[in-house]
Amino acid sequence: MSDALLTLQRVSAGYASQAIFADLDLSLAPGQFAALVGPTGGGKSTLLKLILGLLPCTRGAVQRLPQVTIGYVPQRENIDWRFPVTAAQVVLMGRYRHTSYWPWATRTDRREVAQLLERLGLAAYARRHISQLSGGQQQRVFLARALIARPDLLLLDEPTSGVDLKTQHDILHLLHELNREGMTILLATHDLNTIASHVPWVICFQHGIIAQGPPDTVLTPAILSQTYNADMVVLRQGNLTFIANRSLAHEHVAQQGTLAHRPRRVNDGILR
Amino acid sequence: MAFFVEPLQYRFFVHGLMAALLVGSLCGLLGVYIVLRQMSYIGHGLSHAVFGGAVVSHLLGLNIYVGAGLWGFGAAVLIHRLASRPDMHADAAIGIVTTASFAVGVALMSRVHRFTQDFEAVLFGNVLGVSEHDLVLIAVVTGLTGLVVAAFYKQLLFSTFDEAVAQVSGVPTRLVRLLFALILALAILASMQVLGVTLIAATIVMPAATARLLTHSFSTMLVLSTVLGGLTALAGMYLSYYFDIASGASIVLFAALLFVGILSARRHG
Repeated sequence: MSDALLTLQRVSAGYASQAIFADLDLSLAPGQFAALVGPTGGGKSTLLKLILGLLPCTRGAVQRLPQVTIGYVPQRENIDWRFPVTAAQVVLMGRYRHTSYWPWATRTDRREVAQLLERLGLAAYARRHISQLSGGQQQRVFLARALIARPDLLLLDEPTSGVDLKTQHDILHLLHELNREGMTILLATHDLNTIASHVPWVICFQHGIIAQGPPDTVLTPAILSQTYNADMVVLRQGNLTFIANRSLAHEHVAQQGTLAHRPRRVNDGILR
Repeated sequence: MAFFVEPLQYRFFVHGLMAALLVGSLCGLLGVYIVLRQMSYIGHGLSHAVFGGAVVSHLLGLNIYVGAGLWGFGAAVLIHRLASRPDMHADAAIGIVTTASFAVGVALMSRVHRFTQDFEAVLFGNVLGVSEHDLVLIAVVTGLTGLVVAAFYKQLLFSTFDEAVAQVSGVPTRLVRLLFALILALAILASMQVLGVTLIAATIVMPAATARLLTHSFSTMLVLSTVLGGLTALAGMYLSYYFDIASGASIVLFAALLFVGILSARRHG
């Protein structure tokens, strides 16, 4: 426990009248790659904000190893897309701790920003206004802003929401690459299917930790049903895992009317 | 040429012109941060709040500027504190603090009738009554604001765009908020004499909103908004002279015309 990068000991958060979670214990080891999953409103974002120091603990304490720096990628919904900044200017903001005091960007600033944008495949979009980028490009720009400060711990709030499937995979691949280079990563998401086959450690969270461990052991109907307060089904097909809310799956099938155009094997799995 | 030169023979007009140029630029500069923070109403609210402070300090025999400045700063800080509560939105915080503060001024004024005349200038502005002393105050506040904006450029930009991540990244966001509240209170105070509390909000919002139509770059928006603020103030002063209308109103009307003109040019362009 003592070599953990981040430790939360008996931490409570919320308002005086209503706790969002209480007596939470959690630790992240250096190099860990974990997903925090649970329903919207279950306290995932609150937990991230508490780790970031944006919200106070009502009880307990968050301890970090000395000198640990944290990068944060907020939810897309929290960004003002009309704000007059380009992709490169957003990334430059992330260099706040490393840059000079002058209002303008130094040569080193510009080089670092260009290199990172190049690595993330965004070099051609550096001068674009943030609203003129696709969802995936926007997400990578904000990831770049966090990465340019070379954080030891990267926190992401719903990094795969509102982007297409290919972009979701691209983002998770990139996170894997960063994790292999030694970065500790904690991402919060309500999207189980994306992380089921991509993230090695899952923390099921709803007003507290329901269970945590590798996806194979944690992503079970019993644990997920408890996490989401809904009847969940889990299908495994080789390396692939498919998770759905049973009532929604039935509703979807009922709306479709016929299943003739869908692969039969999968339909059978959902229905039975 | 005579059109521009003729009014300059009057000393009061030259003073007014310089004051309007400075105040217009000052409001244009600060307006960028206010418009982008989506707190346009704070200019309107704070200018009213400052009025309460002016009346109170006058009654207590204090210097109106010092009293109103402190009062405005206090109101701005109170708004920020209230707005950062999880159960309160910024617009409600602005509404509560500033209207209550304005009401203090109105209540006291209605109780003590003797200085209603003086305060008409505070409400509606009297740029032609700007003294050299006022002009120095306006110049100092404008210079100070320019320095603060330049010195804290990165901090102000980051915390205006994304305060939470700015804080995580090491920006002293609380200090930045306080500093901004202070320069905003000073700016409103300096602008009161020229524009009056009822029109300050417009000169804060309009140049920034117009500049935003013309650029996607933050630094360009800062420069454009400052220049537009200054130019509309100058144009408004000449309009005021030739059409014999209140200077505050003519500045605001010219700024509004410019906004509409650029908006329709952008739409058809």
